[in-house]
Amino acid sequence: MKKIWIITKRELSSFFDSLTAYVMIILFLGLSGLFTWLVGSNIFVMGQASLNVFFGIAFWSLFFFIPAITMRMIAEENRAGTIELLTTKALTDGQIVIGKFLACLILVLIALVCTLPYYITISQLGNIDDGAVIGGYIGLILLSSAYISIGLFASSLTTNQIVAFLIALFIGVFFQLLFDVISSTLTGAAGKIFNYLSIRAHFDSISRGVLDSRDLIYFGSIVTIGLLLSQLMLSKRNWQS
Amino acid sequence: MSIVVENLTKKYGEQKAVNDISFEIKTGEVVGFLGPNGAGKSTTMKMITCYMAPTEGDVRLDEMSIHKDAESIKRKIGYLPENNPLYMDMPIVEYLRFTAEIQGVEKSKITTRIGEMIELCGLDREKQKNINELSKGYRQRVGLAQAMIHDPEILILDEPTTGLDPNQIVEIRKLIKELGKQKTVILSSHILSEVEATCDRILIINRGRIVADGSSDTLRTQAQGQELLTVGIEASKKSDVEKALRGLASVEKVSLTEGKPNHFRLQSKPDISSRKAVFDLCVKEKWYLTELTGIETRLEDVFRELTN
Repeated sequence: MKKIWIITKRELSSFFDSLTAYVMIILFLGLSGLFTWLVGSNIFVMGQASLNVFFGIAFWSLFFFIPAITMRMIAEENRAGTIELLTTKALTDGQIVIGKFLACLILVLIALVCTLPYYITISQLGNIDDGAVIGGYIGLILLSSAYISIGLFASSLTTNQIVAFLIALFIGVFFQLLFDVISSTLTGAAGKIFNYLSIRAHFDSISRGVLDSRDLIYFGSIVTIGLLLSQLMLSKRNWQS
Repeated sequence: MSIVVENLTKKYGEQKAVNDISFEIKTGEVVGFLGPNGAGKSTTMKMITCYMAPTEGDVRLDEMSIHKDAESIKRKIGYLPENNPLYMDMPIVEYLRFTAEIQGVEKSKITTRIGEMIELCGLDREKQKNINELSKGYRQRVGLAQAMIHDPEILILDEPTTGLDPNQIVEIRKLIKELGKQKTVILSSHILSEVEATCDRILIINRGRIVADGSSDTLRTQAQGQELLTVGIEASKKSDVEKALRGLASVEKVSLTEGKPNHFRLQSKPDISSRKAVFDLCVKEKWYLTELTGIETRLEDVFRELTN
């Protein structure tokens, strides 16, 4: 556990040293703030004291931001050869992957914490459903975890950050959108399966404030599979020929 | 801590980068892997450092095996990979701290240890900088510092002096020799003089196999076998001299040395010296003997003979 934290710490300080963190947080706050408060069907148009508008925006902005955070993680180490340095230290491949995962997650958490003023402001405007707010944040955190692990896997496939970014988006868009679309064209068991695979339904049910074990299992499985595949790609050097 | 390498093989597709090599390195030995590019030096090192698993075979450090105890082995080894990859965006001190923490250096000792490494590797003037601001030579020193930070019992250095200027090369060699007094060191190089200057023992690797193993002296004698002499004789008639030399019982081959008049290159038959016979001949014929020196086989020749 200590080893994982050392990796996480290094990745985090690298985020903040390279300004990536600041750029990401500011863009995220800027975009979600813009759409929540000023543009389109914003909070004033809705006329309800709820954060649903924000959660709807964050659902999409995180989808794009997370691959930008994760693309560097393993691809850059592969390119620079530092992966050899890291993997010959007293660490396991799993610790490396989990350490990097946590660093990304903490960065997203920091960004989400920065949106708490939205909640405070809105709670002054009217009666806000705290359960739904907590649910919404938990939903965003679970969603982010899923996309981070997908992003890490994409990053472990290549030495090129841009390619990693695009692969992560490509895989992500299935969960974000396409499974939903496919499921609506199908009936019966197949339709149900695709509906279960779509992130939207799970996110919506959690952000209504309903914590269902099926949703937790869903996000947990994506994270686990993503991390295991990343570790597998990292260990590939052992049997690669 | 001793290293035992047993039947190590690594295949890349059909090609065997390392082909069934076995050797043993005792505690405190400084061993040089010597070989042309692509001989399998780095691949062997990568397997010892647990970067890659071998296709077949095992490496053992005392009782530990790379297949079972990778994590403890990695803690015992300090490794400087080829091309010295580093986290460019980190300041030197931060980077060393990160490495020390990962390698399990006690928290209270980390700062002292970093100070020692900066001192030892001559990084004092540059220690405020980021790694990407350093010249290649200083980066190499950072690479060495990170390899040694946890005071490992075994140091594995893949081409430690590439990209350094002659002064730095001398310093690094001195450092390696110094370290070799307490630690087991394996280094690789394709520079012969470097290996000769720093290592107790040389393994020449070619096409994934060990083709020679021994100290530089043993290797030289092994390759030499027959004595080679340069002989300078002044006489009235040169052709007589050549003929007379050929006539000596111990001499196998005589040739003229190019560029030097009255000098000959003389190869003795195996296990016999011709020095006395040459001297006696000159006394008998009343010739002036101006030179009689042995030609030592250079390690370059050994190397080229074995790897060509």
